[in-house]
Amino acid sequence: MTDPVKITVDGKPMEATAGEMLIKAAQDGGTYIPRFCWHERMNPVGMCRMCLVEVDTPRGPMIITACTNPVAEGMVVDTQSDTVKKAQEAILEFLLANHPLDCPICDKGGECPLQDQAMSHGPGESRFVEIKRNFEKPIPVSDLVLLDRERCILCARCTRFSDEISGDPLIEFMERGNVTEVNTFPDHPFSSYFSGNTVQICPVGALTAKPYRFRARPWDLTMVESSSLHDTAHPRISIHASQNQILRFLGVDNDATNHGWLSDKDRFGFQYIESEERLTSPLVNRGGELVEVTWNEALDIVANRIELIRDEDGGGAFGVIGGARGTNEDAYALSKFALVVLETNNVDARVGDDLASHFLAATVDRALISDLDDADTILVWGPDLKEEHPTLYLRARRAAQELGVTLIVVHPRATGLDDRATHKLTYRPGGGFALLDDIAKGEHPEVSQALAAGKVVAIVGQACHADGPKLAESVAALARNKASSVRILPLARRGNIYGALDMGLAPDLLPGRVAIDVMGCANLSQSWGEISRTPGRDTRRILEGVEAGEVRCLFLVGADPVRDLPNPKVAVEGLEVAEYVVSIDLFLNDSNRSADLILPASAFAEKEGTVTNLEGRVQKVNAIRPGPGQSRPDWSILADIAERAGRPLGLAAPETIAKEISEVAPAYTGITWDHLEWEQRDGAVVPLSGSPSIRHIPVALAGPRAPRAALTLHVARTMYDDGVLMRQSPSLHPLAPGAVAHLNPIDARKLGAQPGNPVHVVTKQGEGEFSVVIDEHTPAGVVYVPFNQPGGASLGTDPVVRVKAVGK
Amino acid sequence: MTTPLVLTRRMTEHPTDSHTIERYEATGGYQQAPRALGMTRDELVAMVKGSGLLGRGGAAFSTGLKWSLLAPARPAYLVINADESEPGTFKDRQLLERDPHQMLEGAIIAAVANEVHHAFIYIRGEYPKPARRVQAAIDAAYAKGYLGQGIFGTGYDLEVTVHLGAGAYICGEETALINSLEGLRGEPRLKPPYFPAVKGLYMQPTIVNNVETVSDLPYILEMGAEAYAGLGHPLDTGTFMTSISGHVNRPGNYELPHGIPWGELIYEVAGGIRGDRELKAWIPGGASAPWFVPGVHLDQQITKDVCVEAGSMLGSGAVIVMDETTCMIRAAERIVRFFAHESCGQCTPCREGTTWLEMVLHRIETGQGRQVDLDLMLDVSDGISIGLAWPPKMTTICPLGPSAVSPIISLRDYFRDEVMEHVELGACPLERAEAVA
Repeated sequence: MTDPVKITVDGKPMEATAGEMLIKAAQDGGTYIPRFCWHERMNPVGMCRMCLVEVDTPRGPMIITACTNPVAEGMVVDTQSDTVKKAQEAILEFLLANHPLDCPICDKGGECPLQDQAMSHGPGESRFVEIKRNFEKPIPVSDLVLLDRERCILCARCTRFSDEISGDPLIEFMERGNVTEVNTFPDHPFSSYFSGNTVQICPVGALTAKPYRFRARPWDLTMVESSSLHDTAHPRISIHASQNQILRFLGVDNDATNHGWLSDKDRFGFQYIESEERLTSPLVNRGGELVEVTWNEALDIVANRIELIRDEDGGGAFGVIGGARGTNEDAYALSKFALVVLETNNVDARVGDDLASHFLAATVDRALISDLDDADTILVWGPDLKEEHPTLYLRARRAAQELGVTLIVVHPRATGLDDRATHKLTYRPGGGFALLDDIAKGEHPEVSQALAAGKVVAIVGQACHADGPKLAESVAALARNKASSVRILPLARRGNIYGALDMGLAPDLLPGRVAIDVMGCANLSQSWGEISRTPGRDTRRILEGVEAGEVRCLFLVGADPVRDLPNPKVAVEGLEVAEYVVSIDLFLNDSNRSADLILPASAFAEKEGTVTNLEGRVQKVNAIRPGPGQSRPDWSILADIAERAGRPLGLAAPETIAKEISEVAPAYTGITWDHLEWEQRDGAVVPLSGSPSIRHIPVALAGPRAPRAALTLHVARTMYDDGVLMRQSPSLHPLAPGAVAHLNPIDARKLGAQPGNPVHVVTKQGEGEFSVVIDEHTPAGVVYVPFNQPGGASLGTDPVVRVKAVGK
Repeated sequence: MTTPLVLTRRMTEHPTDSHTIERYEATGGYQQAPRALGMTRDELVAMVKGSGLLGRGGAAFSTGLKWSLLAPARPAYLVINADESEPGTFKDRQLLERDPHQMLEGAIIAAVANEVHHAFIYIRGEYPKPARRVQAAIDAAYAKGYLGQGIFGTGYDLEVTVHLGAGAYICGEETALINSLEGLRGEPRLKPPYFPAVKGLYMQPTIVNNVETVSDLPYILEMGAEAYAGLGHPLDTGTFMTSISGHVNRPGNYELPHGIPWGELIYEVAGGIRGDRELKAWIPGGASAPWFVPGVHLDQQITKDVCVEAGSMLGSGAVIVMDETTCMIRAAERIVRFFAHESCGQCTPCREGTTWLEMVLHRIETGQGRQVDLDLMLDVSDGISIGLAWPPKMTTICPLGPSAVSPIISLRDYFRDEVMEHVELGACPLERAEAVA
């Protein structure tokens, strides 16, 4: 760190960081300089000229923009001089000259920087009597965002965001001078996963989002802060509602995670909460028909069934899948419910597509998101971050672009980070282990060198279903082997999966990152009573048990294995013959439609609690309104069942559950709600200090040999898909790519496949028809099929694939 | 008056083939570049500083000083600014068209002095013939080994690339020119941090010099800094090219020593006012410059300092003469419309203010003026150029916006009555006069 720089602003001495812009230094010192184009998270452009101030120079006072001039030692600044005031009034009169002043019908009215600064710094009235500039308005620039060019003040915030931050330079200035406008290029809509950020940072009402347009006035909104669960980085948000209706999410600047940015899935994915199809009453299956019953009836039915099966066959006859969609408090209640009431370790929050639980929950040297900023090298071997981990995508992109970090991307096809990657390696699906061997042998010296140099952050996960769960851990092991200093971020993508694992929702974990062993069970028994010491079944084996009749009673908690399993045959067949299925969920889905008992749960934003993100950061989420109908939070449903089944859990409210977690779960010692609510809104990373929780050392595991096949199948997730929450979000669901198969032009020619025409795709585990997309970003010999799409069949995990043009 | 012909001697003496390499070499050309190759950077910079040469593009900044500010990072680039777009200026066109090798040799000297191995010549798109002549000259120089690898038999490499602009005035501003050259929107960059000498083309140290400026270099080497400085005025050395246009009998380009009075330029060099009418006003240095009027400025010397003291500038050497039949409101409107049209649109005051001024001027000229309009225009101008001082206190990134204010200042200073006459009459008083004439 360099010494602070001393400056004087309006006679007040301040200390500033060398190199920072005057506008920021003044703001941190308590002097607000008005601005439109300057944004703390973007490079300055000095266009609006609102931040003009006077500085003393040897040649007298000089007028400069505070947003483009760095502080210098001894700088004397006047933000209040007559010259500055004249300039500020002039700029505002100029900006308003062509502004439509339709504030009464503008979404921004009431929270508009132009309105606010016109009042605080403007001349009060306009002398402009000429005819104002006219544009056709509004025009859609994407499926989600509309543009009103008359309101636009040309501050370049949106264009800079899309270019510098999200890497989708799809909106630009067109024309020049007085007729300059923001627009998209012909036939290239602003189809960015991050388009909503431009609406949030627009300093006027020029950009509006379809889901919020004309739905509220800012002064009618109630708001709470929370963290989004669509992205396991848990970007910080604020939830806005009017008359108990949730209307929008805005990004909140959290230094540790999202810098204020949100993906459109995080921003607009709230619509499912308001869906008309939410379950509002317990339903019991009577001869194939779902019949509404009272909670009393429903709870008695499930409690009696539990007691019956437990007495006959013991805990091994139960299985619990899910628990990653709720809060840590819900997950803790479910964990305690499984062990204490069901007497089983057959519990898994991972739905068949995740890495090993110990690796995910408790790897040694786990990275923080902020480690990306001061890394020397970032290795991303896993999913396309832009599709599945948007917050990480933006941070990795920034690190490579602005901070000069070496970025290595390994993925079977193009990813959103490729244009900023220093090195990019591709491999054919199923060939991940072979590539890993090559790297270990030194066949990619540029990668070996980058991994050996300085601080390395390895972001590892499943790039495609064919990778299987072992590749990522082997990559982490290799990185640890090559690098002198490495931090690891193992990826999982389901809601609060990291919190669920930390609460023990895995067949080999107990709450607080404790293994199921003699010691762990003995410690937990002191608070929970005697518990089973046998590790349980994971999701796949639970479903196999259901099919074999060994697991007689299955709990699905916010889980839809028929849709979510990469190879769902076992779920379909198991659920068909299951003896008894209880579902706790928000919606009917493909897995619970024929369940025996369905219990309506509260959703995100309808309950308070804590959640844990992919770096182990615990943050508080909050309720803005109760759930619809008779829906209830998971923990309270489980507590009531337990009570009736004769094994009360002793759980009374989220806050007391959180207190119990901090006492029972070693990794969570010291976490308190008060801290998360007030002192640590950015969250706290667990464990806070040395704790007896496990530290998993990644091990290199043997994997399958690369398949010898003409074509291999790359199945990977996209941001928008046919998952139940997306299906219930009307703004986002139409954006899912649909049942498509991407073929390299060479393969398409060989197969005689035409764009838009159907091809038949067959693997060992599934088959279906897909519409052809000709795609140069998919290498020859690879077929890319986005996972879980509307109308798309499941193709399983085996990479060997055959493709035939339909009608050939 | 004896005119020391320097830049225009060859084209005057050999009007048919002054642009060919044969004629250029036969008249002493390409003798100085090899000499420069034998000199150090420090020697060359000192020599040009000593010559007192000021940039001829409009800003009149010391060329030697500019070179000495080049940051040490390499590669460094040289850009010859041939985007001559200031209204009324057409001198570079003649230099490019009639004596391209002179400019090219100057460019080689500038490149050598600044350790540049790739130079760019940015020519405005409206200059197809000059561009063809320059490209032919470059091809000839390559063929002779004066450009390319190992120029003049030395180990020095120099590539030269011609780039044509796409019709934006602002691309004559050096940082906008660099943006344009990089394929970006023609918008001026922020200073700081993008001083071309530090972070210019492709973020590398870059020297941007005007065509006329580099064309002077071979002569500074040939005659020596002191002899060159001896031409012209002690504070404003050498000769300068002036493009005189408007209501004079002999409009055109003239090469003159600095320091002659305005009256001599207008009445002797340019042959006086057409039809012996009265001189009403003239623009001394391109459309950006506040106007001069006969009652005040006719006897003043043409040098940078005298001109600035009188509240204007020599700029790019473009003199536009207006006689008594000219409506000053219409002249102002035309100039302001030009700047409004050419505003890049980045800065609020320029983007919105210039168009506003144009609208008000148009109203006054068409009989819709109000008593308050002159004060309104002055206040709007004040928002673009605080205090209406000279040189301007800009609220903008570049001087384009403040340039549009110049005619308003001139109206205030010399033609307030004419504005009020328009307002009171509800029409342009000169329209009828013109119709009669």
